[in-house]
Amino acid sequence: MPNSVRVLQISLRRRVMDRFMTALAALTVLLVLLPLGAIFAYLLYRGFGSISWAFLTQIPKPVGEAGGGMANGIVGTVLILGIASVMGVPLGIGAGIYLSEYGQNRFGDLVRFVADVMNGVPSIVIGIVAYGLVVLRQKHFSAIAGGVALAIMMVPTITRTTEQMLLLVPHALREAAYGLGVPRWRTTLSITLRTATSGVVTGIMLAFARVAGETAPLLFTAFGNQFWNLHANQPTAALSLQIFNYAISPFDEWHRQAWAGALVLIVLIVAAVSAVRIAVSRGTLAGVR
Amino acid sequence: MSNQAVPHPSFGGPEPDSVAREQVKTAANPLLGFSGGEGADTAFRFAMLACAVGVVALLGLIVYQLVTGSQLSWHTFGWKFFGSSDWNPVEDQFGAFPFIYGTLVSSFLALAIAVPLAVGVAVFITEMCPGWLKGPLSFTTELLAAIPSVIYGLWAIFVMVPLLRIWVQPFLARTLGWTGFFSGPPYGIGMLAAGIILAIMIIPIISSISREVLTVVPQNQREAALALGATRWEMIRIGVLRNARAGIVGAIILGLGRALGETMAVTMVIGNRPEIAKSLFAPGYTMASVLANEFSEATGDVYLSALIEIGLALFFVTIVVNAMARLLVWSVTRGLPARSNA
Amino acid sequence: MGVEIKVEKINAWYGKTQALFDIDLDVLANHATALIGPSGCGKSTFIRCLNRMHETLPGARVTGRVQIGDLDIYKGTSATQLRRRVGMVFQKPNPFPSMSIYDNVAAGLKLNGFSNRKQTDEIVETALKSSALWDEVKDSLHKQSGASLSGGQQQRLCIARALAVQPEVLLMDEPCSALDPISTGKVEELIFQLKSKYTIVIVTHNMQQAGRVAEFTGFFLLGRMIEFDKTERIFTNPSDKRTEDYVTGRFG
Repeated sequence: MPNSVRVLQISLRRRVMDRFMTALAALTVLLVLLPLGAIFAYLLYRGFGSISWAFLTQIPKPVGEAGGGMANGIVGTVLILGIASVMGVPLGIGAGIYLSEYGQNRFGDLVRFVADVMNGVPSIVIGIVAYGLVVLRQKHFSAIAGGVALAIMMVPTITRTTEQMLLLVPHALREAAYGLGVPRWRTTLSITLRTATSGVVTGIMLAFARVAGETAPLLFTAFGNQFWNLHANQPTAALSLQIFNYAISPFDEWHRQAWAGALVLIVLIVAAVSAVRIAVSRGTLAGVR
Repeated sequence: MSNQAVPHPSFGGPEPDSVAREQVKTAANPLLGFSGGEGADTAFRFAMLACAVGVVALLGLIVYQLVTGSQLSWHTFGWKFFGSSDWNPVEDQFGAFPFIYGTLVSSFLALAIAVPLAVGVAVFITEMCPGWLKGPLSFTTELLAAIPSVIYGLWAIFVMVPLLRIWVQPFLARTLGWTGFFSGPPYGIGMLAAGIILAIMIIPIISSISREVLTVVPQNQREAALALGATRWEMIRIGVLRNARAGIVGAIILGLGRALGETMAVTMVIGNRPEIAKSLFAPGYTMASVLANEFSEATGDVYLSALIEIGLALFFVTIVVNAMARLLVWSVTRGLPARSNA
Repeated sequence: MGVEIKVEKINAWYGKTQALFDIDLDVLANHATALIGPSGCGKSTFIRCLNRMHETLPGARVTGRVQIGDLDIYKGTSATQLRRRVGMVFQKPNPFPSMSIYDNVAAGLKLNGFSNRKQTDEIVETALKSSALWDEVKDSLHKQSGASLSGGQQQRLCIARALAVQPEVLLMDEPCSALDPISTGKVEELIFQLKSKYTIVIVTHNMQQAGRVAEFTGFFLLGRMIEFDKTERIFTNPSDKRTEDYVTGRFG
């Protein structure tokens, strides 16, 4: 910093200001990290304190009885997420491919804008839509309805990240394949998409992690269930729903279970994300820059 | 440079390739006949186009569901729906004003808390902190965004609310009670708790998008300020923040959009009473919360329709807010000059 | 074996900008023909018209007639069918980074639906031998990624990849511009050997290279072919003043 002697007086005030603002900015970082640390610390502390084998393997006991667990919620969450992925991932990837390979036009811009805007639609509103689409027609709550809601939420994220990742693949690779007489569709799938696999999967996992803990859109779609259920068109338990219901209940035992459920939910998300990441990096990362 | 006469050195052993080549030629000929050219290309293109159309159609579907679902309520109450405070399922009387009020107050309270912090974090990470700290810091703040809403709510109920009740609210009542915003019994639960938990939840999005915007401010703007003898803070103020202003505003509006629609954590701590009170200690209710609490129990047709109309209003507001924010952020990150006098 | 190429009145555009004007050219089978000229003269655009690669760019357009062997390439065939008979090697080596060496060479076969494992093995080996890369990579065909090779090896890998599809014509667009002198020497030697089996058209900005590898040379300037003749003649006794200025280094 060029502080010449002649302007020392002003410079001192300015330097103090400079230091002050730097300190202030650092303080904001601390203030933001504080709740994060607190949440994680408390989650681990209460979660590990409450988790047990029974919690992972049993279904809820009636009010007043000790014990029981959220096994049905864990299975239900996996089921709903599976349904959501099966519907949302192909649609999102397809739209992403369209945007990067054919979408340099007005319609492409529209799709990009719609996807970005849809990302901001409140999840509870998506829940209403899935309710109207599935629950009203079937006349009952179901895992499928929950899956539809979460799928709608996954699509915009997957679309945009897939597009961005495919655009990162150098044009020269596409040309190399065209030069071998490979048709364009084949080039897109076997060269462009394959080269970008790890990025595309990251996008999918981002979307997955975002919806895995969603509660609001499941409230009146999957609805929850105190018992075992593996039928996709019956009301289905989900971890997040159970955490919510237990948290706002007046029972200490259920509060403990809510914390255990929160821990399991976080671990489930992290495990799923890392497992897929590892599987993908084994498969393709070797060659990608 | 005539080279026809040059004998070809055999490469790779005693001409195995001519043999292989003969075999291959016959084998490869069906290969050459392998079609899947234009027809398959067109089919593929249409399939991908169908997916893209599907994304747009999804938005159309959302609008369609909300509009048709809310028809009954719209015809029954008209504009009065948004101005009335009477929410009485027993008498089939529905007015959404307390929910709109609660949504706005909690969201703007959240912004008031989150914006200085989030922008501070963004500035610190892009402009001030040592290089090795950048990665971990941005990763950690983004981790905040990955925590499910319901877990925020859980933490808020059992950790934050007691803290508010025992320490923060009595302190605020003593020092700022005269303003009327911080008076009444300290329940812990209420508008203030909702605002704070929302603030914590929207900090990551505001700060990560602000950071994106700050990093695209051209280096020469920074250097110009430094060359004039500016200190680092002056450089940030003149060279960076001024140029990034439109984008940061966009980031803030995006945060607002998130706060408006946030459901679970708010529902768990706001108190869920359709009251309009001046004090932030008092309980409130938001549009998203009333949907969460009452939608699956709504029995009458009008009741359900009224709830869907609240959903439609929420959808409409967040769409407008998000579209505005996206345009602002795009105007900066796409390299278009941000209007400096905007 | 290679086939001959007859080009009649090729015009090409990028959007509204015309890049090629009425090019006529006859390329002899089993010879190497070089195209030289200053950057932006249209030589690369021209060879991209020979395998219909030009039209893959947005807004690009071609008119005229190109006959490769018995094939009228802008009429009775699809672009993909054509490109299986006309291989191309690009300016910068572009192996597929997500594939092993073996998969890179076999890519053209596999992606076109050819799945005979044993024959693929043979073709890959032959192609790698033809591109003089076999000895360097034969022990790590499946272990090593194509992108992990050196620049010169990558370019020879790309040549092998092109050869594996059994083309009749090989188009090379400044294949050595990204390579060091030693690698360049190897690739040139390769071109020299390959022309007994293929018709080769090579674009180069390096006049010495044209002199070393090609029997015929065409000189391009501002989208037109100014002169086409035996390489020796182009370099020693050109008939056009502009060609003379270029080959004697007065511009470009």
